Amino acid sequence: MKRFWFLIPLAAFLALAVMLAVGLKLDPREVPSPLIDKPAPKFALQRLDDAARTIRLDDMRGKVWMLNVWASWCVACREEHPLLVEFAKKRVVPLYGLNYKDQREDAKGWLARFGNPYDASLFDDEGRVGIDFGVYGVPETFVIDQNGVIRLKHIGPLTPDVIATKIEPLLKKLDA
Amino acid sequence: MPETLSRAIVALLLALCAAQVVAKEAAPEAADPALEARMTRITAELRCLVCQNQTIADSNAGLAVDLRRETRELLRQGKSDEEIVAYMTARYGDFVLYRPPLKPTTALLWFGPAAMLLLGGTVLLLVLRRRTRLAADAFEPDEEGEDLGERGDPAASAAASAAGPATGSATGSATGPATGIARP
Amino acid sequence: MIPELGHFLLWLALGVSAVLGTLPLVGAGRNRADWMALARPSAAILFALVALAFVCLALAFVGNDFSVLYVATNSNRSLPTHYRFAAVWGGHEGSMLLWTLMLAVWTVAVARFSAHLPDKVMARILAVMGWLSFGFLLFMLMTSNPFDRLVPTPANGRDLNPLLQDPGMVIHPPMLYMGYVGLSVAFSFAVAALIGGNLDATWARWTRPWTTAAWIFLTIGIALGSGWAYYELGWGGWWFWDPVENASFMPWLVATALIHSLAVTEKRNSFKSWTVLLAILAFSLSLLGTFLVRSGVLSSVHAFATDPRRGLFILAFLVIVIGASLALYAWRAPKVGIGARFALLSRETLLLGNNVLLVVACGAVLLGTLYPLALDALGMGKISVGPPYFDTVFVPLLTPLIFLMGIGPLARWKEAELPDLASRLKWAAGAAVVATLLTIWLRGGIGSVGVVGLLMAFWIVGSIATDLFERLRPVGGVRTGLLHRARLIPRSIAGMQLAHLGVAVFILGVTLVKTGEIERDVRMQPGDTTTIGDLVFTFSGVREVAGPNYRAMQGTISVTDKGRPVVTLHPEKRHYPATQSTMTEAAIEAGLTRDLYVSLGEPVDGGAWIVRVYVKPFVDWIWGGCLVMALGGLLAASDRRYRVKVRRTAEATTSVASAA
Repeated sequence: MKRFWFLIPLAAFLALAVMLAVGLKLDPREVPSPLIDKPAPKFALQRLDDAARTIRLDDMRGKVWMLNVWASWCVACREEHPLLVEFAKKRVVPLYGLNYKDQREDAKGWLARFGNPYDASLFDDEGRVGIDFGVYGVPETFVIDQNGVIRLKHIGPLTPDVIATKIEPLLKKLDA
Repeated sequence: MPETLSRAIVALLLALCAAQVVAKEAAPEAADPALEARMTRITAELRCLVCQNQTIADSNAGLAVDLRRETRELLRQGKSDEEIVAYMTARYGDFVLYRPPLKPTTALLWFGPAAMLLLGGTVLLLVLRRRTRLAADAFEPDEEGEDLGERGDPAASAAASAAGPATGSATGSATGPATGIARP
Repeated sequence: MIPELGHFLLWLALGVSAVLGTLPLVGAGRNRADWMALARPSAAILFALVALAFVCLALAFVGNDFSVLYVATNSNRSLPTHYRFAAVWGGHEGSMLLWTLMLAVWTVAVARFSAHLPDKVMARILAVMGWLSFGFLLFMLMTSNPFDRLVPTPANGRDLNPLLQDPGMVIHPPMLYMGYVGLSVAFSFAVAALIGGNLDATWARWTRPWTTAAWIFLTIGIALGSGWAYYELGWGGWWFWDPVENASFMPWLVATALIHSLAVTEKRNSFKSWTVLLAILAFSLSLLGTFLVRSGVLSSVHAFATDPRRGLFILAFLVIVIGASLALYAWRAPKVGIGARFALLSRETLLLGNNVLLVVACGAVLLGTLYPLALDALGMGKISVGPPYFDTVFVPLLTPLIFLMGIGPLARWKEAELPDLASRLKWAAGAAVVATLLTIWLRGGIGSVGVVGLLMAFWIVGSIATDLFERLRPVGGVRTGLLHRARLIPRSIAGMQLAHLGVAVFILGVTLVKTGEIERDVRMQPGDTTTIGDLVFTFSGVREVAGPNYRAMQGTISVTDKGRPVVTLHPEKRHYPATQSTMTEAAIEAGLTRDLYVSLGEPVDGGAWIVRVYVKPFVDWIWGGCLVMALGGLLAASDRRYRVKVRRTAEATTSVASAA
């Protein structure tokens, strides 16, 4: 009976060790989004290519679409850009870009140089819409459904693996 | 030479006067110090998601600057502290709060220390009470005399006893389990 | 050539540590004097090998050998020589070598100063330390070799992180590691005692000076880290409850509890199994800290470049070392006697109260630090736990602890009387209230938390004064001199009083600066001024200066007090081209009663700059208090009673043994 109490430190430590082992597989810096399965924030932004035209969230109702947050100053965006260009060619869903805290000319030049996969890019130079979407690092990608509800957020550059295992299955599910 | 020198001095003096005219009490960075103080207080408890180990109040990251600006605007609109915090968590989740919200999942966190204290104190009391109830022979013999009671090492207590019987008895009464021991 | 030599020396050291870990241990079990006799020389050889390996790495750094990968990632040709040396421990691999070197230092120190220990005990202790060295050497050789080559050799290195190019940052890791690693001595003493089955007051007496020494280093190391953050990071903070700061604070809390618990065990032969557990716990927390910093499990400014593979290795090491020692504890500790009797109110119980509070405080810090990880591991979301939590939870635990600190030293061993204590301490309590009121009146008000802080600090001072008064007043009718009576106070007691005084100074510093600091964030054109009380800060503009490996914008701010010039401060914004990073160097005028702290923010249009000006009252008392604590520890550890008594006990035992 007495021995039982003396085993408590060992037991507690082993439980801690298990938790730490699990922790090794996690990424402490990744921040999950609270906006999943919530309505996307309303926005009305000028088009990057034409300041006179505005795109609103409500214009997107009725279709599943993707929003990709990018900027010309973002190094990691260059990593995923070829993938996006390829993906856009397949015309699965409309792909819109959110040009985040950028200069109009720099952004347009960047698209001209590296290719433009987007149906249109939205010009968010002050980053306010980005804040509403909970953007904290560029690039980020969202999948939004027909009712304007955010269904997926991916932080960081897209990879073929993410597109194949997370995005495409989700898009199939939503369209069906 | 003297002419150019005096001209130079005059020019310098004029420049200094001009500087005096322009110099003033520096304006606070913010137009409204009270609002700024509130903003700082709120953002000091929010985590900057870019650098992740600074508060939004301290960080120079672009997002932090933007969020400080947002906070000022929300404050100007008359929003309360709780509403601003809710604004942040709606967009970034609980991760952005350095003060974890009190929820079922964080109950253990917030009440843990008090619970530990209660547990520790209770265990201590129980163990002590159990000890007082044990028979005297369950204990190990008291290592007294040498270890306790004297005011210093044996050399010094020898000197103390040489100084007079009074000190000697003060230390001498250190033996004996029933009485309180004089402090070393 | 030299890096290969260093690498080879580490392999040799690995072999020697294995020998040290095995033969003396088996020899102690089988009573083989020749195997036990291997322990001391093995420890010396181990130390020599690791030290030489360290020298090899240092030579690679000072000689700018960028063919070594670690040197290339942490140094640069334009780095001044003394920082090139400090860069040895600027990254993960080198800091592991520093850790291993410290372990070898403590091992050889124990070997050197263990003449009074019975051979079996000495052999077991050194063997345990040998196994610890083995683990760290293996970790280095398998996952973190500082001598790996880089091909092709770059012309220049990537440079040491500018944050680390600073005297405070240079000395902080060695001090901290001496503390962390020093706790392995108490750990080894505990494990050796459990193995040998001889846990008694003598064991406590042996362990005590080593534990105090480690505690001193840890105190200084933490204080240096805090002071460095204050003057280096540019916004005047000195403690952030960052996971890595907590990782150093937790062993400190338990080591403090251990020092007090050892006092009970040494004096009264009581609570031995609890003390042993604390000794195991203290070093376990050191190891846990190592894991947290290097595994990538927690995100922190301090974290080294993270690698889950390394994390896995350290975790395995942790499980083996701590798991085995706790299993040994569960097996052996129930047989340990319960020591001498004492009353419900006595110095013993007050010290145990101290222990409970310190261990719970450590538990609270551990809870807060690991809770986000726990929730994430269970898939229950991601939260952050920061200063608001720790400040809320920690202070209420500290307050009863400080209250006890005032009573404990005055309480008798074995049995204390409450009325007696109360009457002796009433002056201290009264003085504390008066001093608090006086301070509030001089300062013109203070918050409720401030009142608590002041009361706590003055209460300790009052208690120390009471204790001193009782010891120094003439006893009976004997006419002994004051100085004579003062010399009679044992060093361990004087050290305790000094260390407690250090705590009071620390609390005063924290209370006064937190309740009284003034900050101004202003936009300044050259010639502008800002005023805080009687102080006027005048900004004269910014000019460009060049350092050995940086370019800086240096501001000039002159300060006057009631019109009289006080100081001219030069805060800088430094740009280091090698790493493309910008550092804010604050300018500080340190004073006994207040610091003037100025840092540059950002330049704004019109030639103006955002300038941050702080007046921080009594902030240096924070680190001054830590220094006084460390001095108190030093004084206590130098008490000759231990060594005199131990020698006498050893002689007595040998004479008894020879008589038998």
